[in-house]
Amino acid sequence: MRVNITVNDEPRSDEVEPRLLLVHYLREVCDLRAANVGCDTTSCGACTVLLDGKSVKSCTVLTVQADGHSVTTAEGLDGGAEELHPVQAAFRAEHGLQCGFCTPGMVMATVGFLSENPHPTEEEVREGLEGNFCRCTGYHNIVRAVLHAAESA
Amino acid sequence: MIPAQFDYVRATSAEHALQLLGEHGDDAKLLAGGHSLLPMMKLRLAMPSVLIDIAGLPDLSGVRRDGDDVVIGALTKHGELAASEILEREAPLVAHAAGLVGDPQIRHRGTIGGSLAHADPAADLPSALLASDGWLELQGPEGTRRVAVDDFFTGYFETVLQPDELVVAIGTPRRMGAGWGYEKFTRRANDWGIVTVATVGGRVALGNMGPTSLRARATEQALARGASIPDAAELAAEGTEPVTDLHADGEYRSHLARVLTRRALTRAAG
Repeated sequence: MRVNITVNDEPRSDEVEPRLLLVHYLREVCDLRAANVGCDTTSCGACTVLLDGKSVKSCTVLTVQADGHSVTTAEGLDGGAEELHPVQAAFRAEHGLQCGFCTPGMVMATVGFLSENPHPTEEEVREGLEGNFCRCTGYHNIVRAVLHAAESA
Repeated sequence: MIPAQFDYVRATSAEHALQLLGEHGDDAKLLAGGHSLLPMMKLRLAMPSVLIDIAGLPDLSGVRRDGDDVVIGALTKHGELAASEILEREAPLVAHAAGLVGDPQIRHRGTIGGSLAHADPAADLPSALLASDGWLELQGPEGTRRVAVDDFFTGYFETVLQPDELVVAIGTPRRMGAGWGYEKFTRRANDWGIVTVATVGGRVALGNMGPTSLRARATEQALARGASIPDAAELAAEGTEPVTDLHADGEYRSHLARVLTRRALTRAAG
């Protein structure tokens, strides 16, 4: 089936099988490897991307469901004049990662979360990222990074 | 994990979806947010040969008032329910429970119609709607019918919804200012409740205490007789047969039902 999807602001048109998951489309068809397949069961959030600006777990979205919509991955984050997007810069500043596997999902969940709640409390950050697991358990610095990003925005 | 092969068809209206259901019968499944169906398809617990995508259907999304009821389009997402000002004011139990489903990403995709049709006894919205004395509007080839949530669930993941029917709306009585309570016991963030309790207007619904969301009838009757909250809550598990699984045994679930019912009723009375 042919799908027309805007990926990181670039319109694309691809022929896909209906069963192709969005995360596999992004990684294998678009060659965008930021979104990771972690648990593959809608739990861990490593595959989080934005679909029309809202965070979703791309292991549980069919590519055909994104037809006519817009998808943003970590590769598509725009820092403007800066090298990094403010959320990415905040994760670097606060050392909000250890092994890094969860990081693209954490960053995208954060971008989506801050668009809905630009000035969160620490508790709201923890609730807002409850769909993303860090198996290094580096949560404290991740929460600091999100608060830092909110302050610097 | 990759689902088995299927054909994908996009419905352009409720009537079109019903026509497609009629053509494909039991081999077809409706796809809205897909957050119950796709995980089952990835595990090959479900292998429909046709998916009928209804996510883009107009008029099946949103929250509105209709007389004494609040009416919710079946495609309304959990996050939209949690953020709805109408629900917050007039059916806050439903908004609150919706805000506890899964995690933010899941609430951006999952729909109320999908959650009820899926009929997981541990899910949040079935119990919230059962306690609220809600109803569903089902559309089929012969027209629409209204079913009380009390009569909707028939067993584990089973409902009275027929293979050629579509959930189009969910309703709940407007309860401005009514006390309510919702308790969900989990061990980890974004888990299903090991036991949940929802209460409003003297009705008490239990989640994960049996094959369906169910009413704590003995507690409700005790309350109606004027029993105290602690005395009524002691009866919460009466008549239930909760399962033993890796999260909790049946006896512990019964204990949770009593404790959570007391908390929910206390909150509703406060």
